[in-house]
Amino acid sequence: MPQGHETPETVYHIEKSPQGALLSIENFSLWYGKNQALFQVNMAVEKGLVTALIGPSGCGKSTLLRSINRMNDLIDGIRISGNILLDGIDIYSPDVDVIGLRKTMGMVFQKPNPFPMSIADNVAYPLRVDGIRDKKILRETVVNTLKAAALWDEVENRLQDNALGLSGGQQQRLCIARAIAGEPEVLLMDEPCSALDPVATAKIEDLMDELKGRYTIVIVTHNMQQAARVSDNTAFMYLGRLFEYGDTSRVFTNPKVEKTMDYVTGRFG
Amino acid sequence: MENCIVKNLALKNKSDPNQQSNEAGFASTKAGDHPRKSMTWDIKARGEPFLWGLGGALVLGILMIVGFVVLIIYNGFLTFFPKPIDRVSLRNGSVVAGELSRSEIYRPGPELLASLSEETRREIADRGGLVRRDLYRTGNFDLYNEDFRWVSDYEIAEISVPTDIFFVERIEWGPFIGTIRSVDLNGKILEGDSLTLSALRDAQRKAANRLASLHDIERNQIGAINHYMEKGRLKIRKEELTHGKESPEYRRALEEFKVESDKLDARYLELSKEATAIKERDAKYTMTLADIGGREKTIKLSEIVRYYPANSLTFPEKIRVYLSRWWEFLTQEPREANAEGGVMPAIFGTFCMTVLMALAVAPFGVMAALYLREYAKQGRLVSLVRICVNNLAGVPSIVYGVFGLGFFAYILGGSIDELFFPERLPTPTFGTGGLLWASLTLALLTVPVVIVATEEALAAVPQSMREGSLACGASKWQTIKYIVLPRAMPGIMTGLILAMARGAGEVAPLMLIGVVKMAPELPIDQFSRISTWTAVSCTSVFIFLTLDSSLGTRKLPSPWFTRPLFSLSP
Repeated sequence: MPQGHETPETVYHIEKSPQGALLSIENFSLWYGKNQALFQVNMAVEKGLVTALIGPSGCGKSTLLRSINRMNDLIDGIRISGNILLDGIDIYSPDVDVIGLRKTMGMVFQKPNPFPMSIADNVAYPLRVDGIRDKKILRETVVNTLKAAALWDEVENRLQDNALGLSGGQQQRLCIARAIAGEPEVLLMDEPCSALDPVATAKIEDLMDELKGRYTIVIVTHNMQQAARVSDNTAFMYLGRLFEYGDTSRVFTNPKVEKTMDYVTGRFG
Repeated sequence: MENCIVKNLALKNKSDPNQQSNEAGFASTKAGDHPRKSMTWDIKARGEPFLWGLGGALVLGILMIVGFVVLIIYNGFLTFFPKPIDRVSLRNGSVVAGELSRSEIYRPGPELLASLSEETRREIADRGGLVRRDLYRTGNFDLYNEDFRWVSDYEIAEISVPTDIFFVERIEWGPFIGTIRSVDLNGKILEGDSLTLSALRDAQRKAANRLASLHDIERNQIGAINHYMEKGRLKIRKEELTHGKESPEYRRALEEFKVESDKLDARYLELSKEATAIKERDAKYTMTLADIGGREKTIKLSEIVRYYPANSLTFPEKIRVYLSRWWEFLTQEPREANAEGGVMPAIFGTFCMTVLMALAVAPFGVMAALYLREYAKQGRLVSLVRICVNNLAGVPSIVYGVFGLGFFAYILGGSIDELFFPERLPTPTFGTGGLLWASLTLALLTVPVVIVATEEALAAVPQSMREGSLACGASKWQTIKYIVLPRAMPGIMTGLILAMARGAGEVAPLMLIGVVKMAPELPIDQFSRISTWTAVSCTSVFIFLTLDSSLGTRKLPSPWFTRPLFSLSP
């Protein structure tokens, strides 16, 4: 952490708690033991839009993303301060059911992690753990979700095959299908295409376009071109601080903060 | 060494100017020029000696194991094969008949040589001072007081193979080797020409049936009567303990018992009369055998387990005898102080005990490992627990036996006895060694193995899978149940199998907590023969695994102290 570095102002082009904000991050800080990883992050994620988090490695993007569905709770020694509000409810308040919270969000990880079950079982898993046993509902959901994830045509004949037999891109789309099977409100994607080839990446970016209206998507990416292509709002983070947040087109063409300009032009990171 | 090689190559190439120095690419170096290039010739770098050494050691190990197994199988499989019986006439006039067991060559000492005749000594000297002696299984322990006999080659006058000699396996006294003189079927005598194998077979089968029904009467039916009588007596004792000798309940119980016992006594008289009748009838069917020297012995037909003319069997008949001996080995109880019969109680006991042990160890081991790995906060305390669990795996098994005896048998069993079976005291019901306590003790012994294996299997499940499941909204338990456990299942099964293999082979705990030669009655089994087996099983496991080398190696001469002086079988 550079000492004596004055906190720059973050530049907003969206108001802090607009009407359309689904997810409101207010003065959120996070410590891994003694090390502080996030410094007073303030952000509002709009409903139905794609928000990208960009920045160099180690800037805290994944940490922020995982804080949204409280996956950081799994790590020992985490301490937070500030709030994250989902629809006005503070998700870190002690009377919030973490599992219920995670059911309202879907997460896709960097490396595809399908379960060692059949494709259909993979997609139906969120419903099964929710207690839904009705085979008709499960089957319907599997079909619709796989269609929505643009995977149906490729797997409709082999729904009972093991999911680990799919290719990388197909596995990632399967994970996306699994993430949206439970009808979440927010879809969190942590560098979903970094382990895939360009063709698969293109397919997933198309998918994100299709899913946009129904779901609110927050995507972490270190691929700036992808952020520019896919997202509506972009947040630039560096060393745990949110430097700039606003409309994608404006952030990339006319960034207000010097660091952002340096990053998007490729001068560092 | 490198320089030496390089130099040699350089010299080689110098002396042969026609050879293409660039063929191998490195042959043209001079000493010290490009030292690196000589590495390919360096044996140490290529590693071939090590490869040959490792491969050779592996092959040697495999050969030893395979050779050992083949040797055991070969000898074991041949054990039950019916052998021909030789009739050996000795020079001193006596005759020995028996199965050739084995031979060995030895050098007779001076005292032995001094006792022989001049001619014999010359013969031995001609053969370089070595004598061969053969071990014959002569059987007829009741006649000769020994089962085997050594015959040296200088004693032998002639060896022949008589066709009419029989090998008769009996329930008592081991086998009889000799000829069948006659058969007495309740007055009807068969001998000479009328003594056909088919008639004999028929009669023997009937005798075997008689024996079976006698057994049934004695063991099952009379045993049932005894059981009821015991129950009645225990009931009275219970009333006495709870209410005292003066109470009306006690008196009522006494009266009820009197009525009951009169009935039972009557039935017992009936049954014993029946049993006596069968025994008397049975005694009328006898076979008179003669050993090779002519001494006669009469035995009851029902005593015969198996008989065959050893030298006149066709190959299929030999196979039949062989297979029937194998069947007896696997399904019968042992007799003659574990030198004859079968190992069924041991098999059954081991099986029962291993199953019970697996049922006890699996849930506890897996749950403990799950808690340690998934739920407990990792820190000093958990590491300490883990170290302790690993140490438990190294504790000598007899310590477990002592613990099992003290805790399970005396404390737990004693308390159960006092609470539920006070009327049987001081005869312990649960307060002594037995199948249940032995299984639990062995479960305790093998739990560390399961815990360690399960922990390893759980740790091998990738964290990404767990996170994926949690991100789908599953609780921790659901993640474990649907994702982690199925994925870790092969490792858990490996741990379980290792535990079962270890537990089934442990003997020391059984010495203390499993030794029950013959319980008159176990509270959990009632009337079937299985009760005898469960009672004998643990001891059988112990005995068969440690003390008894004669089962399966029946060729060995039984030392005199294991030969029974009288039958101890129940």
